[in-house]
Amino acid sequence: MTQLYELSGHDARSKILRREVSAEEITMSILDRISAIEPEIHAYVTVSDTAIVRAKEIDARLKAKQPVGELCGVPVAVKDNMCTLQMPTTCSSKILKNFVAPYQATVVDLLLAEDAVIVGKTNLDEFAMGSSTENSAFHVTRNPWDTSRIPGGSSGGAAAAMAADLAAMALGSDTGGSIRQPAALCGVVGLKPTYGRVSRYGLVAFASSLDQIGPITKNVTDAALLMNVIAKHDPRDSTSAPEPAPNYMAALDCDVKGLKIGLPKEYFGQGLSPEVAAAVRAAADKYAAMGAHVLDISMPHTEYAVATYYIIATAEASSNLARYDGVHYGHRTQRKSDLIGLYSRSRSEGFGPEVKRRIMLGTHALSAGYYDAYFLKAARVRALFRRDFDQAFEKVDAILSPTSPTPAFRIGEKTDDPLSMYLSDIYTISANLAGVPGISLPCGFSSDGLPIGLQLMAKPFDEGRLLRIAYAFEQATEHHLRKPALKRM
Amino acid sequence: MDYEVVIGLETHAQLNTSSKLFCGCSMIFGAPPNSQTCPVCIGMPGVLPVMNKAAVEKVARIALAMHCTIDRSTYMDRKSYYYPDLPKNYQISQSHSNLGSDGYVDIQFNGETKRIGIDNVHLEEDAGKLIHPEGRNVAYTMVDLNRTGTPLAEIVTRPDMRSIDEAHAYMEQLQSMLLYLDASDCKMQEGSLRFEASISLRPRGQKEYGSRVEIKNLNSMKAVVKSLEYEVQRQTQVLSGGGTVYQETRLWDDIAGGTALMRRKETAQDYRYFPEPDLHTIHISDEWLEVIRASLPELAHERRRRFIETYKLPEYDAGVLVVDKGVADYFEKAASIVGDPKAAANFLMTEVLRELKERKTDIGSFSVSPERVAELLILVKDAVISYNIAKEVFIAMIETGRPAGVIVEQKGLKQISDTSELEAVITQALDENPAAVSDLKQGKKQALGFLVGQIMRKTKGKANPQVIHKILSEKMGI
Repeated sequence: MTQLYELSGHDARSKILRREVSAEEITMSILDRISAIEPEIHAYVTVSDTAIVRAKEIDARLKAKQPVGELCGVPVAVKDNMCTLQMPTTCSSKILKNFVAPYQATVVDLLLAEDAVIVGKTNLDEFAMGSSTENSAFHVTRNPWDTSRIPGGSSGGAAAAMAADLAAMALGSDTGGSIRQPAALCGVVGLKPTYGRVSRYGLVAFASSLDQIGPITKNVTDAALLMNVIAKHDPRDSTSAPEPAPNYMAALDCDVKGLKIGLPKEYFGQGLSPEVAAAVRAAADKYAAMGAHVLDISMPHTEYAVATYYIIATAEASSNLARYDGVHYGHRTQRKSDLIGLYSRSRSEGFGPEVKRRIMLGTHALSAGYYDAYFLKAARVRALFRRDFDQAFEKVDAILSPTSPTPAFRIGEKTDDPLSMYLSDIYTISANLAGVPGISLPCGFSSDGLPIGLQLMAKPFDEGRLLRIAYAFEQATEHHLRKPALKRM
Repeated sequence: MDYEVVIGLETHAQLNTSSKLFCGCSMIFGAPPNSQTCPVCIGMPGVLPVMNKAAVEKVARIALAMHCTIDRSTYMDRKSYYYPDLPKNYQISQSHSNLGSDGYVDIQFNGETKRIGIDNVHLEEDAGKLIHPEGRNVAYTMVDLNRTGTPLAEIVTRPDMRSIDEAHAYMEQLQSMLLYLDASDCKMQEGSLRFEASISLRPRGQKEYGSRVEIKNLNSMKAVVKSLEYEVQRQTQVLSGGGTVYQETRLWDDIAGGTALMRRKETAQDYRYFPEPDLHTIHISDEWLEVIRASLPELAHERRRRFIETYKLPEYDAGVLVVDKGVADYFEKAASIVGDPKAAANFLMTEVLRELKERKTDIGSFSVSPERVAELLILVKDAVISYNIAKEVFIAMIETGRPAGVIVEQKGLKQISDTSELEAVITQALDENPAAVSDLKQGKKQALGFLVGQIMRKTKGKANPQVIHKILSEKMGI
């Protein structure tokens, strides 16, 4: 029998609305699940102690036949880099360890307005910088499919929470693959919307021109449901798109006949694990069998993506993270210092090694004498990725590729080799540089039983089509139904 | 040796928008510390700036008034430096592009017009303030972020000024323009107009500029003038002694009355400017630019010329009246109702401006409207009251808030022009002052003044002087 904690967001919502189960019961089931499983997984930084109160409130409203929202009683996990009033927002960093924001992120407001129950804040690589969640200052999140392995990152906590049924839905953020790569490695669905589709107000900035919030869910339907809630114009974010979002749920059907799907040859080169390549090619075949036209395309500038990304993202990060200085909020050194000492000691003590590395890289890329050669060059190259995508979308409706070159690797395997760690985002980074939407969904398993993800990318603001194509594959396959072998209750 | 001084000025003018540059906070001067703040302007994690369009428009107005080329597509940059009054540790400013560039301001100097080049006019945000508590053993500093995020126009001249007097004339012209453009309230005591000067000396006749010294911390025009005087003296001394003036930044100390070294060129800061990714490019469309251009007011020097030509005012009067846009507006309103510009100008320049000064207020918050003053001046014009009585009535108008007609009526201040009524008073006055009468008969003119004074005293100043003269001359045959 399906346990309540196993329900998808959409199913939970339906059961609550039909009064088959209460919001309190579902929330309680999730909290019990967290108590039982979390010590193995470490998906959360903070688990809410007010979730039950809120669930009861929603039940009372249902009972009184008052209007309720789209996510009525659904337990949602939020990545711990989105500001919440009720819980700390730490970014998994010592520098913000006990920080409680005096305001709330727009996406959190939207979740609450639709009566979601926020059950906790999930773990991430410090300030979303990493691909394994090993850079969290608090703890490493384990991959539910093999707890000796990483869940991916930076939204590793959210993806692991989905795989281990520690919430019904989750919100992640994606700067270079941080939603899609952990979704792939944990065998769940992750959507990075078009840049500007979801408000960034209240998302603690890593790289402002690349960051985007999106759903991490157990299936495609939930991704569409969550998009319906969060894809709204926000006047508090100047980069938020003014165009109204469609109803993503209404777009879900299984028809891919006549759709043109491109396989970029640059995404199937060196470094790609044969098992991943085989699973992704099999997925392409499946689409062809369903009536889509699958064709080979080229994205000629792909090889420059990682280099370009690590200049732009680190440059922006070096500036975005300047505010953590021990003066206004967050960690302040206890050692007696003058002003410069206060700054450097607070930051030295508060930031972890990967964050420091990126601040230094970004500071260098913006320095006098290096700006033109690094930052400006990268900003110009960035335009080439947009052109690659524009040209590809003249030929095809969607691009299909692997999400990550390998399935989940072992904890500690790449921590001493930042460059090989950076390469785990090689297929996801281009979408951020170009601002296009991308989704990852399960498409198979390795011989070790580890999930493999398939990435689909589409034109800007074409999330509706992206979800439809993903949904068609999901309905035709059973990869998403497989569950990791964790203890059941 | 004779040195020529070369001066350039950078001005930071706080824009008088109703809210801050990137958030909705108000900017009330003197409000309790940190009461004019929100998560956005105090740089909380995750906040984003939203551009205040009114600030863009005000900078564009300044740039247009300074004949700048308007860059129709500019963007903001982040300027990085660490300081506790800058909570993000970067200032959102413009560096790679400027809203306005390559303009000029004409100043009147020694009766001639001199053109000062404007390198650029751009938009940026202000920082907060540090408060250093006084006393022994105080080991902390307080931060007030009320000012953080206030919109600033930075106006940068070319090194075109050749004397301190020119620099002063430029600052006065700039202040007048900002007030006329309704871009800044220019209250120097509140820090809404701040300057940085760069100054170099070169032997007269030499083409190349000398080493430039930048002076910071200049919070009034007076400070600019004093610091420039100090630097001219210092640099002249150094150069005359065969020494070298270094390219450096110096801080002005208002109390000590001198400048002190802040940093040399080789330790110049690297601000690591890069485009602000949280804000869009600022596009100024044709339509918007036309709206802004059409909204440009007549500026002080243009108005001065018009006052001379249209109202036939003396140059001096016109100059005094246009200094404050509010006073000039007030004048035009009153003059148009009275129909006698010179009378209105006289009354404004003496009575109104004096009362404003004494009551430490400005024309904008002055309780007597130009319509009321016009009504008063019409009473003078129509000989209902004398000019001297009008001064008294004006004070009563300020103090009671009543119109002139009511005050004249209530206090019985109407001028006596009735011949029969005055004849009795005059006869009495002549009877009481036989000595003066005989003096007058012997042609001593000063006796006439004395007699008129006596008559005025008896009528409490209400007698119509023209009628008195008429009756007196008839009676005395003069």
